[in-house]
Amino acid sequence: MTAPIVSTLAQAFDAAARVPPVRPEVEHVLPPLVGVAPVQPLPLGARVWQQTWLRRLVILAVLAVLWELVARWQDNDLLLPTFLQTARALVEGLASGELIDKTAISLSVLLKGYAAGILGAFVLTTLAVSTQLGRDLLSTLTAMFNPLPAIALLPLALLWFGLGQGSLVFVLVHSVLWPLALATYAGFQSVPEPLRMAGRNYGLTGIRYVLQILVPAALPAILSGLKIGWAFAWRTLIAAELVFGASSGKGGLGWYIFQNRNELYTDKVFAGLVMVILIGLLVEGLGFRTLERLTVQRWGQQR
Amino acid sequence: MDTQALLQVDGVSIDYRTPQRVVRATHRVSFDVHAADRFVLLGASGCGKSTLLKSIAGFIPPTEGQIRLDGRSVTRPGPDRVVVFQEFDQLPPWKTVRENVAFPLLASRSVGRREAAERAALYLDKVGLSKFADVHPHQLSGGMKQRVAIARALAMQPQVLLMDEPFAALDALTRRRMQEELLALWDEFRFTLIFVTHSIEEALVVGNRIAILSPHPGRLRAELNSQFGLHSLGGVEFQATAQRIHRLLFDEPGAVAPGSVEADLRAGERLAGPAVIRPSGSPPFQIAV
Repeated sequence: MTAPIVSTLAQAFDAAARVPPVRPEVEHVLPPLVGVAPVQPLPLGARVWQQTWLRRLVILAVLAVLWELVARWQDNDLLLPTFLQTARALVEGLASGELIDKTAISLSVLLKGYAAGILGAFVLTTLAVSTQLGRDLLSTLTAMFNPLPAIALLPLALLWFGLGQGSLVFVLVHSVLWPLALATYAGFQSVPEPLRMAGRNYGLTGIRYVLQILVPAALPAILSGLKIGWAFAWRTLIAAELVFGASSGKGGLGWYIFQNRNELYTDKVFAGLVMVILIGLLVEGLGFRTLERLTVQRWGQQR
Repeated sequence: MDTQALLQVDGVSIDYRTPQRVVRATHRVSFDVHAADRFVLLGASGCGKSTLLKSIAGFIPPTEGQIRLDGRSVTRPGPDRVVVFQEFDQLPPWKTVRENVAFPLLASRSVGRREAAERAALYLDKVGLSKFADVHPHQLSGGMKQRVAIARALAMQPQVLLMDEPFAALDALTRRRMQEELLALWDEFRFTLIFVTHSIEEALVVGNRIAILSPHPGRLRAELNSQFGLHSLGGVEFQATAQRIHRLLFDEPGAVAPGSVEADLRAGERLAGPAVIRPSGSPPFQIAV
């Protein structure tokens, strides 16, 4: 055991005196590569599994099977209808047109509130990046109103705007505006300095600067704000209809769920809930995913 | 000798503000840049050369003195002074290479859509990126991104082209190639260039006139002429001039050698009392939107 230690020590001691040997120069002639493909395709199974929709479908199927099993084991239609019963109620509701009508009512209110909220958020954040006072206004308002649940404002809204779409749109705007404004402003702030200066270098100012530089550069943050806003809007709408019934005169999906719960049609309650989930999946999978693929992914801002 | 300089920097001092104090970045610097000059601002970090360039670009107003372009005072950023930055994220990632080159032309409303497209094609060809015209920036290498930025700046046909250490983030081999290409482009278009660098070698190769700035605060130490190209690297004369510049930069009586830890500490003290060394690359000031 001692021998190697002694020899290392000796090496270390005369390390200063050592010089590497002079070796001759070498040149290699590289022949062209034959029979080695630098790029090889993935096996078929792996390629199929790369499809996002397929993996998601598998997850959904597993969840549905689990649901069916638990419901059968529970064996109580009133508390937990099986997946198949719910599917039947859903198909019947769609076929009779009742579910479609309710969904259309909900969606139209939702879109109005959503659009108004986006517009408000855009105005607020544009003010915030332009002026010091706008910045303070945005941070104060979001700090005040973001924690306030939209539902808590509904009684007030009903007082002010009466039973109708107005009060629903009001609370929807409230639920979309603040999270979206926060996300958008954070996105604006993280735009790299050279990009900002490049934009100003070409004489872009004011609204053109915001639209042509800040908004596209902050799009990843804005998109995530839009997703959050969309989810909040749905929650608020369904909750508003559940708590206050048909507050917009004609009831939407929340009203459908509320009514059927009162009449103990639990399978229809589940069908209503599934409808909300389906729309969520559809908007996420088709709407936002497509938007992301066409923009931030193509531009390399997001993987 | 024609009379008036294209760009006059006249007794310019620039201060920047931190929450605690005001720091002088550049102190009473004067120089003239003539048309078709390749004017290099050379100095160690902290000599205010980038700040000076941003001031010429119109991003930072001088505290005293004046910057005149063609006799008119520079007050704000404009498309007649296009900047090529060091950072790769100066290209909007949502535009293809072609759109990136045409974008400033359209944004500044200097030419129509058709001419913008023609100019974009021409200058992309000049930097050898015609094949990549429809690709998005994130698919390009660093050197290619800088080439796009240069093509974009040239397409604007600015009165002065400002470059802020444009090759500093590139690897050494790519940098050498880019210097060569920049000189070739200058040979063809004879634009007026102001080029910021901290490399003595790069200054000698790229510039025909070199302003040497001393640090903390930046003051003009010397203006030299250079007639070297990439071919003269390592030559006796080249070495002698490089030595001379080295002496001008480092052998200042009573000063701390730039780049030393001591120098950084002093810079930190000037900024925030106790030594706070700002990360290189991020400017100590915020430019309001």
